[in-house]
Amino acid sequence: MATAAAQQTAGAQAHGAGDGTAGPAAYERAFDAAVAADERIEPRDWMPDAYRATLVRQIAQHAHSEIIGMQPEANWITRAPSLRRKAILMAKVQDEAGHGLYLYSAAETLGTGRDELLDKLHTGRQKYSSIFNYPTLTWADVGAIGWLVDGAAITNQVPLCRCSYGPYARAMVRICKEESFHQRQGYELLLALSRGTPQQHAMAQDAVDRWWWPSLMMFGPPDDESAHSAQSMAWKIKRHSNDELRQRFVDICVPQAESLGLTLPDADLRWNEQRGHHDFGPIDWSEFWAVLKGNGLCNEQRITQRRQAHDEGAWVREAAAAYAAKHTAPAPHPQETGAALA
Amino acid sequence: MTVAVATTAALALGDDALVLSHRLGEWAGHAPVLEEEVALANIALDLLGQARVLLSMAGDEDELAYLREERAFRNLQLVEQPNGDFAHTVVRQLYFSTYQHLLHARLATGDGPFAPLAAKAVKEVAYHRDHAEQWTLRLGDGTDASHERMQRACEALWRFTGEMFRPVEGLDVDARALETVWLESVTGVLSRATLTVPEGPRSGAWTAGAGRQGVHTEPFGRMLAEMQHLHRSHPGASW
Repeated sequence: MATAAAQQTAGAQAHGAGDGTAGPAAYERAFDAAVAADERIEPRDWMPDAYRATLVRQIAQHAHSEIIGMQPEANWITRAPSLRRKAILMAKVQDEAGHGLYLYSAAETLGTGRDELLDKLHTGRQKYSSIFNYPTLTWADVGAIGWLVDGAAITNQVPLCRCSYGPYARAMVRICKEESFHQRQGYELLLALSRGTPQQHAMAQDAVDRWWWPSLMMFGPPDDESAHSAQSMAWKIKRHSNDELRQRFVDICVPQAESLGLTLPDADLRWNEQRGHHDFGPIDWSEFWAVLKGNGLCNEQRITQRRQAHDEGAWVREAAAAYAAKHTAPAPHPQETGAALA
Repeated sequence: MTVAVATTAALALGDDALVLSHRLGEWAGHAPVLEEEVALANIALDLLGQARVLLSMAGDEDELAYLREERAFRNLQLVEQPNGDFAHTVVRQLYFSTYQHLLHARLATGDGPFAPLAAKAVKEVAYHRDHAEQWTLRLGDGTDASHERMQRACEALWRFTGEMFRPVEGLDVDARALETVWLESVTGVLSRATLTVPEGPRSGAWTAGAGRQGVHTEPFGRMLAEMQHLHRSHPGASW
């Protein structure tokens, strides 16, 4: 937080310390003023409990998505058809682990811990993006994920670079740079297949047919059914509605599909001159809710693998902690540090 | 003649890097902690980069990687060993990266065909070696359980270490001298990690230079089947 709002917070803090009762309203005014002025909220600033809780939920879910999202792509690392493609895919999966690390760090600035968040993921108390519950059945799926899934993610995430919470916004700036690189690589992979042999072309079309609708669902339920949207937009965590972003994504993808030489599996898809947008067919929300509730094809598999990696790695983490305890000099007593500083 | 000799050596070093990279790639999504997802993928990528340069010195990288059968691969048996638990992976990395670091440091100072690659690779491999040594210390001197797993892994992989020091045609290095320094270094790390240096032989009839001759262990064929399947299913296609 900066300038006027920061001064208000400082004033509120001083005031609150004075009589202990006048604080909350003043804090809230300072927070609202900061958000209204498009200033960034920082970890030490006062924030409403519900704002903190929403951010923890959203950032954690975002971090979990990066981690679970490694699985469908890692599924093809050992089978990538050329060494160049294999290197690209390995680098991408590595980036995703890195994104998970940034995001867990951002969540930790809100007073939670990575272990606690991972535990919530492993026990199903926090979710990850429903898209990763779809299987990668062919090599072309790696391209479709890059083009469509990462493309949808970027459309969602670029506005988050201006999110009101500073640590999240800054993580998104770094993540979006890498994501847009992945998206172009996915597009280029599909282009190579589309222009390849008839079998390769068919493989690419099949993958786009399977990933198109799930990608549209990544923007979340329609605006009138979205539980958190209004509040998140008021707090400037979110900048655009689900339906706005979904429309933007469709408008971007249609010409890209044309230049790929691939079709999108929607008979109702056409340019609407009046709206200046593409109209598109109805989304099967029953499928969306089923996947979100754990009944997608890979929900069980994804979480089992994640939990297994964690459980089987327990002895490694314990060993690292035991070694650190043995070999790290004990921290100086706080009083000694104080004396040294004085 | 010099070209052919350099090809033999390029295949040996390139196959080592290719196969170990593949094994490390199998860890993606399975590592014990997120930082290791990043580290193992990073090492795998470095190795794959080295493999691509080396295989390209010997021919077409994809033809060599995807269209040779197991008897034509020249990698060490050590690098094809399955990942096992994290201790096995760490010990395999310790044994191999120590060797690779010493080898590339030596090649980088020469003026042979591998000097440019080695000059770049030696920096990457120094990091791999440090990573393996640090984990050897943590796991060896961590808990009783981790110590026991590490000791088992050290023993299990020890028999594959002698092969690294068989002379390779076209590699201008004193393998014997390399072996002495390797033994000293690995023995030092293992003792600092409170581990016992294995007493068994470092090679036998089936492990003495066998990988370099195209004689491999059983899990390798299955690894290749997975690696090559898609490429072989679409003959002549480009990707």
